[in-house]
Amino acid sequence: MSPPQVARYNRRPMPTALEIKGIGDGLLVNVPTGSWTEARPALLQAIDERADFFRGARLVLQLTDRELGAAELGKLRDALAQREIGLSAILSTSEVTQAAGADLGLGLQIPAQSQPEPLDELAPIDSDLIGEEAVLMRRTLRSGQTLRHPGHVVILGDVNPGAVIIAGGHVVIWGRMRGVVHAGAAGDETAMVCALDLTPTQLRIAGHISVSPERRGPGRPEVAHVRQGQLIAESWQPEKQKESRKDRTVG
Amino acid sequence: MSATVVTVTSGKGGVGKTTATANLGVALAEAEQRVVCIDADIGLRNLDVVMGLENRIVYDLVDIVEGRCKLRQAMIKDKRLGNLYLIPAAQTRDKTAVSPRDMVKLTDELRKDFDWVLIDSPAGIERGFRNALAPADIVLIVTNPEVSAVRDADRIIGMVEAEEKEPPRLILNRVKPEMVRRGEMLTTEDVLDVLAIDLIGVVPEDDGVITASNQGLPVALNPRSKAGKAFREIARRLMGEEVPLEALQSPNGFIRRISRLVRG
Repeated sequence: MSPPQVARYNRRPMPTALEIKGIGDGLLVNVPTGSWTEARPALLQAIDERADFFRGARLVLQLTDRELGAAELGKLRDALAQREIGLSAILSTSEVTQAAGADLGLGLQIPAQSQPEPLDELAPIDSDLIGEEAVLMRRTLRSGQTLRHPGHVVILGDVNPGAVIIAGGHVVIWGRMRGVVHAGAAGDETAMVCALDLTPTQLRIAGHISVSPERRGPGRPEVAHVRQGQLIAESWQPEKQKESRKDRTVG
Repeated sequence: MSATVVTVTSGKGGVGKTTATANLGVALAEAEQRVVCIDADIGLRNLDVVMGLENRIVYDLVDIVEGRCKLRQAMIKDKRLGNLYLIPAAQTRDKTAVSPRDMVKLTDELRKDFDWVLIDSPAGIERGFRNALAPADIVLIVTNPEVSAVRDADRIIGMVEAEEKEPPRLILNRVKPEMVRRGEMLTTEDVLDVLAIDLIGVVPEDDGVITASNQGLPVALNPRSKAGKAFREIARRLMGEEVPLEALQSPNGFIRRISRLVRG
């Protein structure tokens, strides 16, 4: 087993729990339970702890049966706007809250996705396998370019110094990772970052941050993940892969 | 007959955009091409100084755009080469005086009478850069073998790609072969490794460039200058000639590697 390749220099405290779900091009957030005077600051605090992830996002709030007036909703919308977050819709079973939302011009259901419905022919052959959605980008991310996505991210190309990827899930790069990458940005510690050459300016998974050590020589495929509270990077070992395929014959 | 519009840009300042524009203009004109250079760096003009035409300015780019003079009146004929012209930038105004649409209109008018329209872009990524980029058929990125300059070049390449222009081509300027040999400077290979675009020329550091700029005599006019030779070769490559990148032939088959990077 190879030693940790990424030096850990800082660890942030565990972020406040918050249920987030990616929906099309926005985020669905469950508002914490409790009275509004407690829930509202708790929600904003949880968002502030993930400021990078939320900045520029469009939000749909799940308010369940909570009763809120237009003044309260309006204040929340303004507080979100200050954080560069757009409140696009609220989900509520309360008629009072729904009326307040409608007064403010907010949507009352999850906005329709702009993407077309997948064709029948593309339905998975084996319905037992349920995949997760990811965005795939086939290009080089250059300095100054940022990719944010609530789900997983796959890049076919390089990520140059000065480029930034922020993903809610895993990040897979078929190329060189030399920019800044944040996987599990909403707090998912099981997220991984894989690249053919993993030498990021800075690598973050959930609340862990690390920088790449100086390295000479050619790059090699590596996987970074959090193990026992430590952010580590390990090389991908072809030997292990060979072992598991030994019994197969290659014609 | 229609001119090709070439925009010379970099992102970072001081890497040699103006020097490159002036020298490519001179080199193309020497090859009997009809050339007009436009200084798009409004408020900080200096292409006129480098070309030695400062004292002939009457009208400028903003005067044309705002209709105070005819296009021909603002075009300054070079004192040495009869088929080279300069449209200077305004010294007193700022970049908001011209819009990207104005630049497209202006270059469209010039296209019929010239073979090449060279635009010297200002540093930065704001309005002035947008103005210079809007009419470009070919974008040349100038950079130095320094990490900060390469980073800015990368940013600019991303922005050119976003405009759906042809992939830009790279001029690597002010390379010191001595320092590269000692491993103290980024190599051409290091730079292309990040930028992954087509290399159109490598210009060695040459003290003659500074003297030449001060005197208003671009080094491309000097047959003995190394930098001048590099700029003349870039001009020939722009004209479609196959000129080998001789200075780059290091033992490890470097050219092959570049072409692989570029096509890959």
